[in-house]
Amino acid sequence: MPDKAITATAIVKSFGEGEAKTVALREVSLDAYFGEMLYIVGPSGSGKTTLLSVLSGILRPDSGSVSVEGADIWNLSSDQLADFRLHKIGFVFQDYHLFPRLTTSENVAIPLILKRQNWSQSIVEATKYLDIVGLKGRADLPPVKLSGGEQQRVAIARAIVGQPDIMIMDEPTASLDGDTGHAIVQFVKQNVLNDKRCILIVTHDNRISEFATRILKMQDGRLIGVEKGGNM
Amino acid sequence: MTGILKLAYKLLVNDKAKFTALLVGITFAVFLMIAMTSLFAGVLNRASATVINLGASIWVMDPSVQTVANTIGMPDYVLDATRSIRGVRYAVPVYSGSALVKLGDGAYQAVTVVGLDDTSLFGRPRLVEGKIEDIYGENAFIVVKDPEFPKLGNPRMGSEFEVNEHRGVIVGIATVASSGLFGVPTLYTTYERALSYIPNPRFTISYVLVEPKSPSEVSTIKQEMHALGYLALTKDEFMSKISAFYMFQTGLGMNLLIMTVMSFIVGLSISGQTFYTFVLENLEKFGALKAMGTRNRELVQMILFQASFTALTGYGLGIGLCALTIALAKLRLPDYAAMITFWNLGLAFVMVVIIAAVSSYFGVRKVLRIEPFDIFRG
Repeated sequence: MPDKAITATAIVKSFGEGEAKTVALREVSLDAYFGEMLYIVGPSGSGKTTLLSVLSGILRPDSGSVSVEGADIWNLSSDQLADFRLHKIGFVFQDYHLFPRLTTSENVAIPLILKRQNWSQSIVEATKYLDIVGLKGRADLPPVKLSGGEQQRVAIARAIVGQPDIMIMDEPTASLDGDTGHAIVQFVKQNVLNDKRCILIVTHDNRISEFATRILKMQDGRLIGVEKGGNM
Repeated sequence: MTGILKLAYKLLVNDKAKFTALLVGITFAVFLMIAMTSLFAGVLNRASATVINLGASIWVMDPSVQTVANTIGMPDYVLDATRSIRGVRYAVPVYSGSALVKLGDGAYQAVTVVGLDDTSLFGRPRLVEGKIEDIYGENAFIVVKDPEFPKLGNPRMGSEFEVNEHRGVIVGIATVASSGLFGVPTLYTTYERALSYIPNPRFTISYVLVEPKSPSEVSTIKQEMHALGYLALTKDEFMSKISAFYMFQTGLGMNLLIMTVMSFIVGLSISGQTFYTFVLENLEKFGALKAMGTRNRELVQMILFQASFTALTGYGLGIGLCALTIALAKLRLPDYAAMITFWNLGLAFVMVVIIAAVSSYFGVRKVLRIEPFDIFRG
């Protein structure tokens, strides 16, 4: 059995107050393991993104706990939580959130710069990761000059350049055509996933289900089932 | 520069349109603020021209005197009384008044006549032509070569004219540190000749110029003159008194102050709004940085750096632009009175710091409130 990367226990999260109160997560518990690519699927409003945010140290739950490698992240101070995200988590946002005024390599280097690594060394290292994601020779271009698939690859390079233990991908194929989305997730499984890394993906794209290790199904803030990958 | 500040720098300057708009706003504001205050400083400096040029440490005058041009004659015993004070090293009379000069072509020109103590010639100007002892010659005058000099027909050594129907002759051409405010040429002569050429009331001493034996004697001299019913002011105090008169009793200061405040408000509005828009447009990016693990204080550092960098660059450009404009204006308008002082620069700097602080305050508030979760939600 691989080591647990994340253990979430009885997570509850609601938004608003009084009559406007909406419960987004209802007693959600799960384990995620190193070496697995865990999908979280479900209809819009089922709580997928809220769960991802709670697990990655971005959104504080109302109750419940989240342990990453044995440590409860919601007992950390806000600075410690920021450090946790910087060192342990790699994010690939749905809209990529690349910086249009920076070059591609500078975008990828951001996590290293935030870790106070020297600027020039960070750019050199970022360029290596651009090579890894198949964007050799694009280091000096601004992201707007790249296609959607290439931008997604830049976002992946930025997420892995800091060598995080956990990678979070929010709807990685939402802005891509079917073939490109398929190729991107296949690339991630083949080149980014390893036995010391856990990848969590929120998606409702059936076409990429073949790459999942496990699939957690959510509805109305609850986990309603777990399936093995490849059959969504 | 640390990596995170370099990141902030690139995010700022690579957005060329916004950065240019920010710089233009601050540069324009600084230009206006320095232009206004330097004009005012120039006017005040010229208003005190005689005080600066004569250079006496202490000035004794009638208490009703408001400006150096507004002289009230004092009786001769004031000079004797001043000289009798123990702490006085020496004291000399000086005459300052107006006269009409009739030029060779028959035209009349108003002038300021300064009559220097016959014995010491204390306060004499620096001569560029002629010898100072020639001032004792018959009908001798020294003319100051300043922007008003051409109004006397660009006189040369030996040029003749009439002062109040007395013959006058130029025996020297001098330069002074500061030109006068009222656009009239200045002639220096001896005290006695000034009295004999210019009609006067009963009391003739405009000021008594005093040099104390030591700085510690200044307060004693002031007290003793006060006991006599006269006012003794140091050079700086007299200049402050003149400045206060122009600032608070002529409307000039208030009008320029209003213009300065308006330029500050214009600068604050343009720069504040543009910087706030810049932060708003980058809010998602700041949120993404926050999600990736940037601490709040690092985000605050980034915004403060961006605001400070823009403000200081705009400050430098504004100073340069103003200095250039003043230099160009002085080429065309010799009487243009603007002068940039450390006080102007300091005031504009404080205002620019306020602009940067206010601009970044709203940006920082917005960035600290953004939740990384909002980035996930899109």
